[in-house]
Amino acid sequence: MAELDNLYKAVILEHFKHPRNKGLLNDATYKTHRIKNPSCGDDITIQSKVENHQIVDCRFEGVGCSICLASASVLTEIAIGKETSDAKKVADNYLKMIRNEAFDESIDLEEAEVFSGVKVFPARIKCASIAWQAFLKTVFDEDEKQ
Amino acid sequence: MSRNWRKDFPQLKPNHVYLDTAASSLKPQLVIDAVTDYYQNYSVNIHRGMYQSSLEATEKYEAARQVIADFIHADVTETIFTRGATSALNLVMYCVGRQFVKPGDEIVTSYLEHHSSLLPWQQLAREKGLNLKYIPLTKSGRITLANAKKVITDQTKIVALTYVSNVLGYVTPIKEIVEWAHSKSAIVICDAAQAVTHIPIDVKALDVDFLAFSGHKMLGPTGIGVCYGKKALLEQLEPFETGGDMNDHVGLYEAEWKDLPYKFEAGTMPIAEAIGLGEAVMYLQKVGLEQIDRHSHKLAKMAIAQLMEMADVILYNPKTEGGIIAFNLKGIPPHDAVTFYADQQIALRSGYHCAELVSRFFGINGCLRASFYLYNNKADVERFLEVTRATITYFRRKGF
Repeated sequence: MAELDNLYKAVILEHFKHPRNKGLLNDATYKTHRIKNPSCGDDITIQSKVENHQIVDCRFEGVGCSICLASASVLTEIAIGKETSDAKKVADNYLKMIRNEAFDESIDLEEAEVFSGVKVFPARIKCASIAWQAFLKTVFDEDEKQ
Repeated sequence: MSRNWRKDFPQLKPNHVYLDTAASSLKPQLVIDAVTDYYQNYSVNIHRGMYQSSLEATEKYEAARQVIADFIHADVTETIFTRGATSALNLVMYCVGRQFVKPGDEIVTSYLEHHSSLLPWQQLAREKGLNLKYIPLTKSGRITLANAKKVITDQTKIVALTYVSNVLGYVTPIKEIVEWAHSKSAIVICDAAQAVTHIPIDVKALDVDFLAFSGHKMLGPTGIGVCYGKKALLEQLEPFETGGDMNDHVGLYEAEWKDLPYKFEAGTMPIAEAIGLGEAVMYLQKVGLEQIDRHSHKLAKMAIAQLMEMADVILYNPKTEGGIIAFNLKGIPPHDAVTFYADQQIALRSGYHCAELVSRFFGINGCLRASFYLYNNKADVERFLEVTRATITYFRRKGF
């Protein structure tokens, strides 16, 4: 139960119930990428707008579990305003953290830190990953190196 | 139950509740032993070697086929081993699709199909320019003869339907639909993966043209399944896969095929798995499908009666006919709920259950599914209900 409590932190619930930057724009200056997890129904689309190597906007739309939707919401808040290279560092480290791999703890994961509890639930890693993977695709148009 | 069947299943552990038989069943010790026996004592190829162990392997493989053929009232020549129901249905799609359809023909299927009974036909329709039509479900999600009649027409060549829904547990009136489809000269392909574990199947009485099921859902090994086909149809069809063992003569530019069923079994088959499936079928016959169905259904009904008392439970199949319950907990995404159940050592399934159109029908994004079988008992039901209440309480406390 302690591990479950560590997964379902209040911040995650807050983002699940009150998602930030939700809703896509019909704007060609944004890049859009969608990832689904067909086995469980998670379905996330991320939109990013980059100007001069800076992420000026990031949005999401989707359905799924609380971990998936909250991770998308948290992602958008972290991404907006960041230099793309800094956003990539956060994304790479975040994905390592939830997979229980060694990561650079000197990089501030900001609110995404609250997803550290995912690492002991292998069945939920994908829930917490797909928004960030889609985000990397919108900004760098490349698949995350695993 | 007249005997404690639970002791036959070594994977059952105290304080663990397995409610995911609709995805894959547990395996009784005698099936495990039969598979091990093959690998330990006569692990050689069939139909080829002229030495004792090969003869023994061939004999046991063919004996298993006989057991399975008898189980569904088919002839051994009509009982083809495949990798599973998915392979069986794809075999039928490729073979029938190559020879029996032309652009503009209709295929009729339903929203209740498992993806293995839907996607082959969707693909065929796209490749061959066929019209794919869906039988409208009733409000509760059932396939009825009346609705089937509305869409099966003189243009219909193929009717592909599940016998029992893997999400809702509803039984399709397959015999009646077969009769109607045949009056329109359509071929009926039945996915019996969920039915074969609960309902005695008589392919002759059903008059179905093809029927598929998987070993691993019926106490047998993974990697083995069966494709039944009417002899007259199978004889007309070209082989699905070509290769070793399935031929009688090989020339430079042509070859001749073996008789049924070998024409459809190219290469080395999953021999141990076929023998294991034969054991599983004998075990099912010993217990009795009617008894298993009665038992599973009784447990599901006990659970449903209590779930209906809980205001936070949404049931999708209150009138389930087998051991399957499809439900959600209000405001709690199924994938979140299932993590709590797992934490409490209850194995059940969340998501689309490889039947995404069922979720679409109900306008939901997946659901939870609990499926009961012969090795479950009343204590499992009670634990399941207790944890369901605890799940709701937990997530409410978290603000869901």
